[in-house]
Formats: sequence, structure tokens, C-alpha cells
Amino acid sequence: MPVYFTREHEWIRVDGETATVGISDHAQEQLGDIVFAEVPEAGRRVAKGQEAAVVESVKAASDVYAPVSGEVIEGNNALGDDPSLINSDPEGQGWFFKLKLDNPGELDGLMDEAAYRDWVKTL
Amino acid sequence: MSSEVHDSLDKLPLDSWHRGRGARMVPFAGYEMPVQYEGIMAEHLWTRENAGLFDVSHMGQLLVHGEEVDAALESLMPGDFRAAADMKPKYSLLLDDDGGIIDDLMATRRGDDFYVVVNGATKHGDIAVMQSRLPGSVVVDYMKEQALLALQGPRAAEVLETIVPGVGELGFMQGASFRWEGQPLWISRSGYTGEDGFEISVPAIAAAALADAICAHELARPIGLGARDSLRLEAGLPLYGHDLNLDTTPVMAGLTFAINKRRRAEGGFPGAMRILAELQNGPPQKRVGFDVDGRQPVREGALVLDGEGNEVGKITSGGFSPSLQRPIAMGYVASHLAELGTPLTLEQRGKLFDARVAPMPFVPHRYHRKGAA
Repeated sequence: MPVYFTREHEWIRVDGETATVGISDHAQEQLGDIVFAEVPEAGRRVAKGQEAAVVESVKAASDVYAPVSGEVIEGNNALGDDPSLINSDPEGQGWFFKLKLDNPGELDGLMDEAAYRDWVKTL
Repeated sequence: MSSEVHDSLDKLPLDSWHRGRGARMVPFAGYEMPVQYEGIMAEHLWTRENAGLFDVSHMGQLLVHGEEVDAALESLMPGDFRAAADMKPKYSLLLDDDGGIIDDLMATRRGDDFYVVVNGATKHGDIAVMQSRLPGSVVVDYMKEQALLALQGPRAAEVLETIVPGVGELGFMQGASFRWEGQPLWISRSGYTGEDGFEISVPAIAAAALADAICAHELARPIGLGARDSLRLEAGLPLYGHDLNLDTTPVMAGLTFAINKRRRAEGGFPGAMRILAELQNGPPQKRVGFDVDGRQPVREGALVLDGEGNEVGKITSGGFSPSLQRPIAMGYVASHLAELGTPLTLEQRGKLFDARVAPMPFVPHRYHRKGAA
């Protein structure tokens, strides 16, 4: 399954018409110890580039933006009980939400994994 | 999430020491400072259980001296400096004419001089205020060549005793001069975490070697500013520029222990009229702690609302308590709502949180008081 990244350090793993969204390993490392996450509920519509979730570390609160537009089909409720999953497995069990894509064409502007990892090294 | 580093920032004596130990550096008080090494949570808990080494060299170390320096200091601050015992740090407050707090600080009589430690972000303003308001016979020297370290935690005495024998004899809020590797040290048993510990003034040229010696002990690790903030919040200690500023008085801030009986009777400090009236009649607002329901941190800037949705105060510090594993906060509320247990609502980014006025400290202090074992 192809995975894409945004310049705001979200990842999106696409599986046909649906996709899973989270924040990158680089993002969790920058945030530090994550103590709270709020994920969108099923049925909520999110627009590309708009706030879709909240993540808070000991130090600060950050918004998580939707990489593409669509309808949320599931939020990761496990993060409510254990937000540290975002630190320990950011690109796996620490996913934030799944959505149904409005327009797969929106993926075109995102970085692929190799491009993102190279770009992060320059930050 | 990018951290910008500006060329205009100054470097601390331990700058490369921090980087060598993997610190993430951020701009703070005009310097690049270490916000964390391995992580705020781990560093915080390490300090509560072992010994954490903090570099607080951004703070201003001043030496105030001259004719009748104690009486002169009393014209700027509400402390009882005339009766101040030698080598005993006293917490005090630099006040403006309205009784607002210009800075909070520690002042220690050392023989004929007073050694004063002020906040980093305010030090240049403090020096200007002192120089303009103290009589010409009193001189303020900024000890630029001194670094300041703090070793904090229940094992701090055990660690420091191996490097500077004799420090364990100090009681809480007591200081003394020591020598280490030929360098003069000034060490007081004090700190900003609620734990036992020491603050160590060391010549900047020897600071890295001393930090190395301390961190060579298996119980000591370097701790960043992030954990310093969460530790002092749990300890209920106010932070200047957040919980204290020109709009807060010592009475509003709950710092009346810093104004003793004689100074209350005699006045003679800036803002005395307002402060003495507030002592008598109560202040309009009080600094209080909050227990916050749920897991989400409520931070500085959040509003405090009463049961009818009226704004009755503001959060000035807040975050997730690593020791308690829940959010805690401190702020100001109208005095009639400051009673412990009062239910209030906090509003942050349009979201409401249930909270109650809570006793501080959130985590009990564990100072080394002599005779208390």
C-alpha cells in the first residue's frame, strides 16, 4: 500500500478508496512525550489542510491536519487510553483516523516515503 | 514544529556541553538553552527519584554592596534585610510603585554584601531599576563570569557530597563557600523543584568540568528546562512572566510569607499602601491551583469561568503532571471563588473543562529541614 507524507509531517497510507492517517516518526520525536490525543469521530467530514485531530505533548499542543479531504470512517480510540502509542509506534499502532477519500487526485501533491525521509534529513 | 535559532541569541558557558549530551536547544531568555535531553517525562521522574543537574546560568547573579546595603534593599523590596542572617537565602520581590512585581529573586547576606539571584529574562531590567533607585553609595555588580548550576532531587546530597565534601551539612535555605579543584564555589541548599537540592555558583571557566564531575555519578543526569517547568508547577511555585508580573501583587500571588511583621508594621517599600491594604482587606484575586478533569492539559491563557459562564480568572501555567499522570494548572481567580474545592470551568480554544480549586503544592515538598530528619 502506498504511503505519502505532508510537509506538516502527517502520513497517509492508501488502500483503494480508504486511507489511514497519522503523524510521522520525526513529528513524534519533535513533540516529545505525548500525553493526550483527540481523534475525529466516524462520520465527520475533513477538508485537506484543515485541522482534523489534536495531539499534546508535555510541552505543547499541536493540530494534526487532514492530508486530503474525505469522510472519517474510524478514529483510533486506543489513543485515548494510551497516547504514548504515538511515541512508540507513530507509523503503525499510533495511527489517528481512517477516512474515505473524496478525490484520490489530492494525493498527487504529497511526498512519497523516500522523498519525505530525504527532506526530513535537511530540517 | 521547526525550532528557529536566531543569531542574536547568546550562548551559555555550557552550550557545547549541552549539545555534546544530546540536548535539544531552544531560545529562552535571550539564550539558546537545553529544553530536553532524553525527554521531559523521563527527566522529570529522574529528578523526583534521583538527582537532576540543571544549568540555570541564564539567571542573573548580582552582588549588591555599599553603605547600609540592607536598609537600601528594603526601599526596593518588602523583605526584612536588616535582620537577615548571614548565609541564609531569603525569597523576595522587586516591586514597582503600584505594588506590582518587577521580579522575584533570592537575596543572601554574605558578610557585608548581598548576593542576589534574579530571573534571566528580567535581569537587565532589574539591574537598571536597582541602579536608578538605590542610593549612589550602593553598587550593583553583575557577576557575568559566574555560571549557575542546580542539583535537585532526593539523592542530590549524596551525589554532591562525593564531589564537594561538607555540603550535606547545609540545612534548607542555608549557604556556604566551598572550594573544588582550586575554584571557589558558593552553594546553597535551595532550588525550584520542591525537592531537596543545591544551587551552585561556579566560575564559568570551571562549569563544564564541574558538570562532568557531577554527571559522572550514576545517580545524576542533566535535566532540561522542560522538566524544570513541570517540576516547579507540581511544586506550586510561581514562574515570573507567567504567574507573576507587573499586574500581580505579592498578596494576590499568595507570597505574603515574604513580608514579615516588622515590614508590615513599618511599610516603606514600593506599593506599600496598596499591599498593606490588600493584606488587611484581602486582594481582588488570588493565585490558586486547579485539578483538571480528563487527560487533556489546560495551559497558560485559558479562561476561568464561573457556573454562569462569566469570566472570573485566567490560567497562568498549566500542563500534564508527569508525577501524577494528570493535568494540573495554576492561575488567578476572583477571591470569593478561591476556596479549596470550588468547582470552576476552564475554557481553552473553545472547549470547556471541569476543574476544582486545589491545594498547592500538587506534589509535596521534600526539603531538607534540619531537625526534621
